[in-house]
Amino acid sequence: MISYQLSIFAENKPGRLAAVTRVLAKEKINIRATTIATSDTFGVINLIVDDPRRAEAALTKAGMTVTLNQVLAVVIPDQPGGLDRLTQLLLAEGININNAYGFVLESHKKAVFVVSVDQIEKAEKLLDKHGFQTLDAEALSAVEPFHYMKY
Amino acid sequence: MYWEKEIETMDRGGLEKVQMARLRETLARAKKSVHYGKLFAEMGLDAGAIRTVADVGKLPLTTKEDLRENWPYGFLACSRDDLIRMHSSSGTTGRATVIFHTESDVAAWTNLLARSMYMAGMRRSDVFQNMMTYGLFTGGLGFHYGAEKIGALVIPAGAGNSKRQIQLMRDFGTTAIHIIPSYALHLASVFTESGYDPRRDTKLRMAFIGAEPHSEKMRRKIEEFYGFKAFNSYGLSEMNGPGMAFECPEQHGLHIWEDNYIVEIIDPATQKILPEGEEGELVATTLMREGMPIIRYRTKDLTRIIPGPCPCARTHRRIERIKGRTDDMMIIKGVNIFPIQIEKRLMEIPGVGTNFVIILDRVDYGDQMTVKVEVQRGFFGGNLQQLETLRRRIVEEIKTDILITPKVDLVEPDSLPKSEGKAVRVIDNRKD
Repeated sequence: MISYQLSIFAENKPGRLAAVTRVLAKEKINIRATTIATSDTFGVINLIVDDPRRAEAALTKAGMTVTLNQVLAVVIPDQPGGLDRLTQLLLAEGININNAYGFVLESHKKAVFVVSVDQIEKAEKLLDKHGFQTLDAEALSAVEPFHYMKY
Repeated sequence: MYWEKEIETMDRGGLEKVQMARLRETLARAKKSVHYGKLFAEMGLDAGAIRTVADVGKLPLTTKEDLRENWPYGFLACSRDDLIRMHSSSGTTGRATVIFHTESDVAAWTNLLARSMYMAGMRRSDVFQNMMTYGLFTGGLGFHYGAEKIGALVIPAGAGNSKRQIQLMRDFGTTAIHIIPSYALHLASVFTESGYDPRRDTKLRMAFIGAEPHSEKMRRKIEEFYGFKAFNSYGLSEMNGPGMAFECPEQHGLHIWEDNYIVEIIDPATQKILPEGEEGELVATTLMREGMPIIRYRTKDLTRIIPGPCPCARTHRRIERIKGRTDDMMIIKGVNIFPIQIEKRLMEIPGVGTNFVIILDRVDYGDQMTVKVEVQRGFFGGNLQQLETLRRRIVEEIKTDILITPKVDLVEPDSLPKSEGKAVRVIDNRKD
């Protein structure tokens, strides 16, 4: 399953992330995971949200520079070696990871690792073949991450 | 105290006679060029109608565009065999204008520099370190020749390499330097970092500063740090370069050598000649140029003529330090740059949006150019590397064109302020 990551181009200055979250809060869009990559004066905010298309429309309407990119949200065991199995598999097939981040789904049991790769269809098939579960947008919005419930 | 006492202190009547005789010769020579030949014929210009120096106002103005349209030889009033030197304005590709000199042109220019430097106090016993770029830029060779003419020992150090500059000063007892003011301040910090104090560790006693606009405050700061007198120099390549106007020991205005130039101040909008003392655009006519005479050249520099005599007894009138430009030309690290050059480059790069702004700052006493560029809306693909690649490409492209490495910031589409009508492309924060 292919999932979607929202990327927003933003200058590296106070208020840019706040502007993004303000729009999403107003639209009642839930953020599941986020990373920010910065390069001196500008950066990219990456978000996994429960309704990527609606979020994209709302942010674009607010004048922001947004794109939706395909990513794989891979379910991995939350235990030593869990991530390693995934990365070794991608390496063996020569698939490059451009960006990655993860969150715990169920402590010591399950985690979701979001990867942006250079050959997404090949990677998707590969993961499928090796029994990895990948989540689509709908599944992502349905999951209740462990730490959200507990804290 | 005078290089040429007679001409420097000649009474106004005598000076005007010299100007008039040389203007007649200039007009006769200019007529031989393609540009003026055609122009004078079209206007039906009768050289006899020019009876006094004030009549110069009846002659047509010449602009940089005229020079460009007639590039490269349309202003030549002599055979190409008679040329011995070419210089170019410090602008760059597409914008550069070329000036050619005959042997007598170089000699006259050299003499003006010798006169200027002698006026400021340089003598044959001085050791002169020329810290300007040699080459097409007039500031390097111009001063070099002038200093040799005085008989000083010239160290043709060229620009940059601060540590070596300091070493040369210390090794050879440099007493006079020619330096861009912002670089003088930068070099001051290198002195301090190296543990040297120019007042204690060098024999420096004077400097010629020019090639970029600077304030009185900045000059005083330079003088204070180095413990010498710094004299302001003015010139533009179309009018030879440095040596056109220079400060005397009074340091109050720059004497413009009126035996070599006829100067007027005009209203840049109406082109009307303004009364003495009023601020406007400086217009100059060469009187000693054989190869490429230029009549009533619009310098686009704003200044005024300081009324009244100078205590130094020189009768050549003084202009005030340049207050600004009538166009949007920027001078960065001594290089002339037009925003349009940067705009042209930017617009050829895929991914660049419609708006940009150039910010000029003085960082550690050096000029820093920052270009904020809007990213094109459809360009953003979601990853940082793509943006970083674009940013680096913009830096490289601008650097290739203007030879200065800018700092480039990518900004969001439509985030830069848009003014009505003409966009404000340049924000100059260099106050001193």
